Amino acid sequence: MSNLVIVEHDNKELAVATLNAITAAQQIGGDIDLLVAGENCQSVADSAAQINGITTVKVADDAMFGHHMAENLALLIADVAKDYSHVLASATTFGKNIMPRASALLDVAQVSEIVEVKSADTFVRPIYAGNALATVQSSDVIKCITVRTIKFEAAEATGGSAAIEALSGGSDAGLSSWISQAVSGGDKVELTSAGIVVSGGRGMQNGDNFSLLQSVADKLGAAVGASRAAVDSGFVSNELQVGQTGKVIAPDLYIAVGISGAIQHLAGMKESKVIVAINNDSEAPIFQVSDYGLVADLFDAVPEFDAAL
Amino acid sequence: MKVLVCVKRVLDPQVKARVKSDGSGVDLANAKMTMNPFCENALEEALRLREAGSADEVVVVSIGGGKTAETLRHGLAMGADRAINVTTEEALEPLAIARVLKHIVDQELPGLVLAGKQAIDGDSNQTAQMLSAMLGWSQSTFISEFKLEGDTATTTREVDAGLETISVKMPAVVSVDLRLNEPRYVKLPDVMKAKRKPMDVIELDSLGLDTANRLTVLEVVEPEGRVAGVIVANVAELVDKLRNEAKVI
Repeated sequence: MSNLVIVEHDNKELAVATLNAITAAQQIGGDIDLLVAGENCQSVADSAAQINGITTVKVADDAMFGHHMAENLALLIADVAKDYSHVLASATTFGKNIMPRASALLDVAQVSEIVEVKSADTFVRPIYAGNALATVQSSDVIKCITVRTIKFEAAEATGGSAAIEALSGGSDAGLSSWISQAVSGGDKVELTSAGIVVSGGRGMQNGDNFSLLQSVADKLGAAVGASRAAVDSGFVSNELQVGQTGKVIAPDLYIAVGISGAIQHLAGMKESKVIVAINNDSEAPIFQVSDYGLVADLFDAVPEFDAAL
Repeated sequence: MKVLVCVKRVLDPQVKARVKSDGSGVDLANAKMTMNPFCENALEEALRLREAGSADEVVVVSIGGGKTAETLRHGLAMGADRAINVTTEEALEPLAIARVLKHIVDQELPGLVLAGKQAIDGDSNQTAQMLSAMLGWSQSTFISEFKLEGDTATTTREVDAGLETISVKMPAVVSVDLRLNEPRYVKLPDVMKAKRKPMDVIELDSLGLDTANRLTVLEVVEPEGRVAGVIVANVAELVDKLRNEAKVI
């Protein structure tokens, strides 16, 4: 068996999510190679080579890969993947965008968002927003897989000394071009990697009130999240959304404020180690999954909680 | 321009999925079914393109068994001009679905294919990307904004870090996210009108395509549920529990 893991990066730094996908590859077994495709991405290749247990880092450094456009990347992956039994990427928007396209070019099925490796050909994946877990066996020669990062520990980022191999060629499909990226947040704690997350729902009433949560988050070194209801109501921007259609996270502590606990929200946070719910409706479904519930008006409870920290 | 919209019939998102006791799958017998929410956003966008004069025909296509026609009728009631119903009793995987859709695209020659970013049953998030690969077209996924500008489209994608804007050459396959638009409500006269709109029925077997599944589902189980914890009396008790019992702050 031989694994190829597609490295996610911004041409400067390797994304932590890739380390989780590498752990899934370790559980499958066999050699692990990495593919770094980007533009002026040598620093990423260098850090990839230091990850423990990697045999070879293959690097395609070309302007056509600079913004990770799916058409070009999928052509490259499909070409490189022919020498491997397993191709893996993290189930981030990066992996979800490119991997199915590469799978189709290889004429193989993709196994999406695995949460467990049973054997080299059998995996567990959530369906129906995590309300069911399916164990699936793949009969394809090349198995294309995306990995739900929260279910796999990060591989050791140091201790390795993989060979770096430059790939030449590649073809520019010329089908799409990158225009811009709007990244919000600045120096705020990133939602997907935060140890503590404080999330607000419709009960927050407006976007300004999220400053109450930000104040708590600042004291705890936490990230701020939101339910889909809060995002759809225009309180906060979409990248804060926790849920089946937003981010799936598993922090050590998740504090849900003014969130009722719709199925689709629970799918995004129910793997958290400790869940706290603050809601004035004692019947809210969020209390069925919370370790500690406080039935109270959030506009009283949150400032008091903040003051007690 | 003709727009092809791919739609799927799924378990209503307000209904909790129940796993069958024999572990063979999710019980859909007598369950309320509906059009996949993301597919409704895709269809809504196609209708708006037609209303803006950018598209002249909106065709909805679905692949499935028995009652898929109901879901297509809903699409016609929303405003699609006609429907294509590819019938099969097999549960096809995204790779096979994409292959069938490619066949339909080759017949229909649309200038744009719109699809939901994922179906809320299988949660695979694959079909649009696979179809785009098979066609050799451009792709833009998880979009929340779509602007057609001649032979290109500017699309805004919802990515983990925020929003990414890319330009794609037409024809394109585009998968949509929920914030793209608010799907319209269907009124009773629309439902009546939809009954008279054309629906082509094609038996999957008649197409002679390789739609064999590559994955075998060995077992479907319910995940371990969380057990409800305690209700604390006040903020002081909450802080105490988090500090001294859970030790997380």
